[in-house]
Amino acid sequence: MTSPTMNLTDQPSANGSARRERTGRVLQQHGALMVLALLVIVGSLAFDSFATAGNAASVVVSSSFLAIIAIGMTFVIISGGIDLSVGSLFVLGGVLAAYGSQYGTAVALLLPLTVCGVVGLAQGLIIARTGMAPFIVTLAGLLGVRGLMLAISDEGATTFLVRDPAFAALGQGDLLGLTYPVYVTAALALAAMVLLQRTGFGQNVYAIGGNEQAAALMGVPVARTKVLVYVMSALLAGLAGVLNAARLSSGVTILGIGLELDAISAVVIGGTLLTGGAGGITGTVAGVLLLGVIQSLINQVGNLTSAFQQVVSGAFLALVVVAQRLLSKAQRLS
Amino acid sequence: MEPVLEAKGISKSFPGVLALDGVSLALNPGEVHALVGENGAGKSTLIKVFTGVYRPDGGELRYLGAPAAFGTPLEAQRAGISTIYQEVNLVPMMSVARNLLLGREPRGRFGVIDAARMYGAAEQVLAGYGVDADVRRPLRTLGVGAQQMVALARAVSVDARVVIMDEPTSSLEPREVETLFGVIRRLRETGIAVIYVSHRLGELYQVCDRVTVLRDGRLAHTGELAELPRLELISLMLGRELNEVKAEGVTRFSHDHALADGEPVVEARGLARRHVLNGVDVSVRPGEVVGLGGLLGAGRTETAKAIAGALPIDGGQVLVAGLPLRGGSTTAAIRAGVSLLPEDRKAEGIIPGLSVRENIALAALPSLAKAGVVSEAKIDAVVEIFMRRLKIKAASPGQPVAELSGGNQQKVLLARLLAVRPKVVLLDEPTRGIDVGAKAEVQALIDELAGEGLGVLLISSDLGELVEGADRVLVLREGAVVGELAGAEVTEERIMATIAEQAGAEQAGSDQVGAEQAGSEQAGAEQSGG
Repeated sequence: MTSPTMNLTDQPSANGSARRERTGRVLQQHGALMVLALLVIVGSLAFDSFATAGNAASVVVSSSFLAIIAIGMTFVIISGGIDLSVGSLFVLGGVLAAYGSQYGTAVALLLPLTVCGVVGLAQGLIIARTGMAPFIVTLAGLLGVRGLMLAISDEGATTFLVRDPAFAALGQGDLLGLTYPVYVTAALALAAMVLLQRTGFGQNVYAIGGNEQAAALMGVPVARTKVLVYVMSALLAGLAGVLNAARLSSGVTILGIGLELDAISAVVIGGTLLTGGAGGITGTVAGVLLLGVIQSLINQVGNLTSAFQQVVSGAFLALVVVAQRLLSKAQRLS
Repeated sequence: MEPVLEAKGISKSFPGVLALDGVSLALNPGEVHALVGENGAGKSTLIKVFTGVYRPDGGELRYLGAPAAFGTPLEAQRAGISTIYQEVNLVPMMSVARNLLLGREPRGRFGVIDAARMYGAAEQVLAGYGVDADVRRPLRTLGVGAQQMVALARAVSVDARVVIMDEPTSSLEPREVETLFGVIRRLRETGIAVIYVSHRLGELYQVCDRVTVLRDGRLAHTGELAELPRLELISLMLGRELNEVKAEGVTRFSHDHALADGEPVVEARGLARRHVLNGVDVSVRPGEVVGLGGLLGAGRTETAKAIAGALPIDGGQVLVAGLPLRGGSTTAAIRAGVSLLPEDRKAEGIIPGLSVRENIALAALPSLAKAGVVSEAKIDAVVEIFMRRLKIKAASPGQPVAELSGGNQQKVLLARLLAVRPKVVLLDEPTRGIDVGAKAEVQALIDELAGEGLGVLLISSDLGELVEGADRVLVLREGAVVGELAGAEVTEERIMATIAEQAGAEQAGSDQVGAEQAGSEQAGAEQSGG
């Protein structure tokens, strides 16, 4: 059997356009990492107190909770969806963990994760089965979960304290100067990377976000994959809340409002397309750290309040989105 | 030989329409079977019955000798019936290899995907389809032809027994079509059956063994294709008498309008845009049909868009009736009397949710309004005139345009174009993807418009249409005019020769088809780079 030997690809000028396309892709995937490196270098040169082990550890530790949420959000966004409920789930997870800690460490872990998992499952099923917009479904989740949290905590008046030292150690214990949540985050990030790049589930997430109809025709279990993605996102948000409660020794009810937007920002800054189909965990981790470093740098500048951090992060997000648009245009042209 | 897939007396009705009325079709292993008919003849419905999108109301579907009922496209695909759609149904942002092997990736330890083996396997498979690309790159970086090959390779590698191709060549270059045909012939040798749907009759005769003609939901003819002359095939599709078709020719151009002379109504001088256009000169006189020929990506569409103000230009000038036109503004162009019928009817033309009436009146609203308030009566009058003149088949002017057939949607767009009373119309692929009947009507209309003194710029990939329709043909290549043919010189052979001559001289044997199809920007980039 002879095969037709005609060349269907753009060979003559392939070198130039392939290079341009590859540059675009590298910038898209690792742009956040590059900016992060640049900021760290600039910060180290400008402020003596910036490039210290203590400051680095504090940035990493305080970023770890957002990172856990953002990992789940990365899956959701790559699948073409969005999850607005994670901020509320983070708070609910913390409150339930603190409440459950009076019955032992196991309850403190399982109670919040079960509740958050059920919320994620419900959201996932509604989104996958009815085809309702994830934005609306998870917005309802955001409001409902916040209401639930307020009901449990007497509208925020009751703050449950963690009295179980074993549980508190989960958030406060440290190894080599970093608290346990940092290691949990690192392990989760690694697992998420393998899951996304090297398993059928990960491929299905990309395929659904890239072209849902085509994915269905290619045999991808669209509904099941979507449900799993939202369950994962809710579980990770809950887990972040649990670890945070352990760190603070209490279920704080006011932190975490708006955290879903920080998570989305970190994911987008990390190069994941809001429209779905492309992105990755490394970018998200870089995006989270970038937000943390921006905050740390602003703290170094004595006369700026931390509110200014939001302004800078917001401006940076806008820049990233514009850059992404230009990059994807450049890639299309090549 | 026992048929691999067989439809026996299949019927399917939708509210108010009997889409299929007792249609039978037997597909033998290793045959390429053409399925033809006008839009609305029932082709798509029959394909959707085969692929599990619809369940038939009556009749029997047999697959591999046993009765079959597919609930979903996925079920049909798993059973071995794959469909290659007009728009490639893959995931553009994922890599070529992952698209090809999604769901069947080679696994290493712990069930984790073995990337190295995956890329190796993908390269090997695609080499058999003439695709020599970096399988790690996203699918979208490939040309449409190569993407279609990936889709085909995927379909065949999931053990397809039947491959259904719906207009597979509509966005391919001639040479890619040749590659596709090579692959189809290979499928035939291995005993895979192919159902081939196309509006391009020439292709059917090149690659198909048998043909089934549908008309109005009924079986009009089935038999060996080689024994069926082309004109007879057309008459079967149209349901018109053979001598009638003969008398009118394959296209409906009559050339009875007087050949134009005098001042050009529109004249473009040195149109330039980086990567795309490199100094294009075009002029159209009143009553003249000027054709633009050339390969995909040669700059034909861009020329039309630049004249109509829909594409910003870096250099050059457009004169309408001798007066310079402000560039980059469609509003200015329309006011001056230049209207464009865009190539992509769905994306750039119709507004699907609006009614026929609203779609027609849209561009003309300023002229139908007094102090900004639109006169409903005037709109009704205009809409009525054009619906009658263009024979637009719609239930009422209020029907959403999305519900119309492709041909009627195109007529609605033409009506919108004409409602602004243009001096010159730029028609980009006016008959692509519409059924034979509507095609003939559109062609007749082009003639008529020229007869009324309008200037017409006609872009068509259908060489026959270009030759019979145009008084003069400009051949473009890489964003520049490389030849002009007029009068008796306008023949298919001369146009192809003009394209080939120039191409041969510049390319000196290098294979540039891929670059051409990758889009006009690419073609331009090469030119400016080399």
